[in-house]
Amino acid sequence: MIEQDRAGAAFLVLVVAVAIAAPVLNQFVPASSPFHLSTYSLTLIGKYMCYAMLALAVDLIWGYAGILSLGHAAFFALGGYAMGMYLMRQIGPRGVYGDPILPDFMVFLNWQKLPWFWVGFNHFWFALIVIAAVPAALALVFGWFAFRSRVTGVYFSIMTQALSYALMLAFFRNDMGFGGNNGFTDFKDILGFDLHADRTRVVLVVVTAAALAASYLACRAIVASRAGRLFRAIRDAESRARFLGYRVESYKLWVFVFSASLAGIAGALYVPQVGIINPSEFAPINSIEAVIWVAVGGRGTLFGAAMGAVLVNYAKTYFTGALPELWLYALGALFVLVTLFLPRGLVGLGARRRRAVHGAAAPVIWALGSHVGVSLGSKLK
Amino acid sequence: MLGTKLQVTWLLLAVILCPARALAQPPLSDVGDVRLVLGELREASFVEKERIVERLSARGDPSIRPVLSALLEDRLFVRESDHLIFIVKSADDSLTSLELIDPVSLAGAGSASRDDLTKIGTNNQLRKRLRALVARFDLSGPDAAVRLAAVEEILRSLDAESLALLRARSTVEPDAGVREQIEIGLGLAALDSGDSRARLDAIAALTRTLRPQVRNRLAGLLERTADGGFAESDERVRQAAAQAVHAIDRWRTFYGVVETLFFGLSVGSVLVLVAVGLAITFGVMGVINMAHGELMMLGAYTTYVMQLAMPNHIAAAIVLAIPAAFLVAGMTGVILERTIIRFLYGRPLETLLATFGVSLVLQQLVRSVFSANNRSVETPAWMSGTLQINGALSITVNRLCIILFSLIVFAILLFVLKRTRLGLDIRAVSQNRAMAQAMGIRTGWVDAMTFGLGSGIAGIAGVALSQFTNVGPNLGQSYIIDSFMVVVFGGVGNLWGTLVGGLSMGVVDQLLEPYAGAVLAKIFVLVALIVFIQRWPRGLFPQTGRAAETQA
Repeated sequence: MIEQDRAGAAFLVLVVAVAIAAPVLNQFVPASSPFHLSTYSLTLIGKYMCYAMLALAVDLIWGYAGILSLGHAAFFALGGYAMGMYLMRQIGPRGVYGDPILPDFMVFLNWQKLPWFWVGFNHFWFALIVIAAVPAALALVFGWFAFRSRVTGVYFSIMTQALSYALMLAFFRNDMGFGGNNGFTDFKDILGFDLHADRTRVVLVVVTAAALAASYLACRAIVASRAGRLFRAIRDAESRARFLGYRVESYKLWVFVFSASLAGIAGALYVPQVGIINPSEFAPINSIEAVIWVAVGGRGTLFGAAMGAVLVNYAKTYFTGALPELWLYALGALFVLVTLFLPRGLVGLGARRRRAVHGAAAPVIWALGSHVGVSLGSKLK
Repeated sequence: MLGTKLQVTWLLLAVILCPARALAQPPLSDVGDVRLVLGELREASFVEKERIVERLSARGDPSIRPVLSALLEDRLFVRESDHLIFIVKSADDSLTSLELIDPVSLAGAGSASRDDLTKIGTNNQLRKRLRALVARFDLSGPDAAVRLAAVEEILRSLDAESLALLRARSTVEPDAGVREQIEIGLGLAALDSGDSRARLDAIAALTRTLRPQVRNRLAGLLERTADGGFAESDERVRQAAAQAVHAIDRWRTFYGVVETLFFGLSVGSVLVLVAVGLAITFGVMGVINMAHGELMMLGAYTTYVMQLAMPNHIAAAIVLAIPAAFLVAGMTGVILERTIIRFLYGRPLETLLATFGVSLVLQQLVRSVFSANNRSVETPAWMSGTLQINGALSITVNRLCIILFSLIVFAILLFVLKRTRLGLDIRAVSQNRAMAQAMGIRTGWVDAMTFGLGSGIAGIAGVALSQFTNVGPNLGQSYIIDSFMVVVFGGVGNLWGTLVGGLSMGVVDQLLEPYAGAVLAKIFVLVALIVFIQRWPRGLFPQTGRAAETQA
């Protein structure tokens, strides 16, 4: 735990450093200087931090509570869509068709008035509520059904994947009222500030960094609490936790809902920075990619998950730019190699080396985990 | 009689006007006659042309049919240099030189430059008449399909003469389908008769048919005309018509449901086919194989490669592709099991992630080898087309094939699992690995074979999929979620559950589609399944007893 705290503190310092350095390097260093941070890179950093938040959300439930959700991209996208709706309303009469109320795609579809679920999105505070509330509500309903009837393990994973797939199909439909295939784009401004201005971008990155730090602290607080210990107990031996008298379902539901709204917030921060949201964000592969970030970084360590997200996405940006053919090979190989050889991710690699040096006892979680793994394994066979 | 006189007059005229040519022809023979009459087409107006073709076909000599159809297809030309009429082989306007056919002997007659030829034009009315005339000749043709088309053509413009023709034909017609069509035509014509007795008989006869045209005609009898009276004056006839319409509607609704069920079963058998391999790897072995869809994709690409290798034997290529795809996908599966999956037994979530990685690699591999574009796989001729069961129900052959195919694959798989040594080993290992090992079963080998079997079946499913979806790198992704749904819905570890689950999902999907549209129906099925799993987490046919415990 102390090790984790030290790494967690380092992580927080890193986030704060980025939040300070990135704006300074972008705004106050002249473009000619080699230390200048281009707005493109600044936006990339913001994007990575959103992914890191999503990774935190996934790690909280998968790494600590043992719930593998393959639908977290759906929560991320729902948050993004809520933000997108606010941004669409902000365009106002500046759209191609110049309608003061209706977004362009509605005019294009010959809609006469705003659908009921768009009402209120002209207020930022309303969008803020929806960003967290809609993913949370979906997670609440879905999780309530799932956990109550003890849908666990891979079944839960496949169900969440199907949910995300169904949402993707639904959002692809034009008459859903979310822009169909094209989604939302061509945003103009947020809270009156021009989205294309560098200054707005800088502020967005700082806000994202703050949100990332806050979510890290919140997740940290959860896993360090009594409930956090129970999550680990559920992960390692769900039936035992239940027989000890804990309401396993409520704990799982609670953490699932929290994680979903965290993913929603990450999505909401993501959309104004990348400038587009469309139904492909719901694609099952996005959810699975988020899981692999966590696996690469280190399942069950919050900072590892966040760093995994940044590392994998940095690699993705690099590969898709330099060797686009190779990216899927690399990603696929990453999936296989990490699961086969790095069950605890890069963090586990570091921890193992230290263990070898100090000759110290393996962390309890690791021992417990492998014990359960072995007993489960023999049971399955 | 008048016709003959006219012909003679024309002949005389021709002899006077063009003595050299008239002498070259056999005098007054039928053949010469036809040639001469044909010659008139050159300068005739459309109305005259119509009279000419009537006269030509009035003798009922079937040798005139090619001329009529050539005229209908814009292939009848006059050679300007000698004013002779020829059929050309192809009406392609881009050709500069056209191959000629003599209209009487139908023998080749050399070729002529396009500039020397003038097309004999037609108009709508003439073409309509020509079609009716051609149909009369076709009515006694050897091919039942041609006769059926001819009857339908004649029914489009009925007159006393064609009625008599149809009546005569119905007594000698050997094909039941054609006879039915003739009877419908005669019945429809009888509805116009002045005798209400005849009309009643006609309605009684028509009740048995389910064609929309008959139903609409009968319903038309019940409508009121502009002056307030009924289209049909006789009360009894109206009553009979109303009953007939009712009966026809009932049957059509019934066959509509039958058709939807059939569609649903065919969609469902695709689901069964894609899921049954997964029922082995996931259901029996408990391995979450996210690369299952990509194994299907490999099967589909195997079909594509087989067709490339044998471009002239499409059907044979497809048949050979079945074992080839089984081997390709099966070998890939065995390699996958030996190199990755066996290290992850008992860690289902890790297996899921690793096999997902494999699926990405396979997709990219296919993209690198075959490009990201979809490849077209041809369908053999015997698999396209429809079977017309009756007026209201037709079945497409490819849907029928997919149902049969998936049932056969299912039966073979069931046989392998229940009746062979390998199947016995598979069941033993899945039920109690340690005990099976103690009994001397090489569990590692059985694992590899089981996974290979499931993967090979996925490859076979890919062959079937190649026949009706795009063969591209994303083929697998679009089926993987469906496959898992079917297995989970049917009950993990139960092959029969997969069959019933897949078929019923297909039927529900098709029942919903007319009301909700394809995408909403799919979403609804997914949501319904999610709810179903909440209530019955172990699927339709849960495993009971000790096997259930080990699958948890």
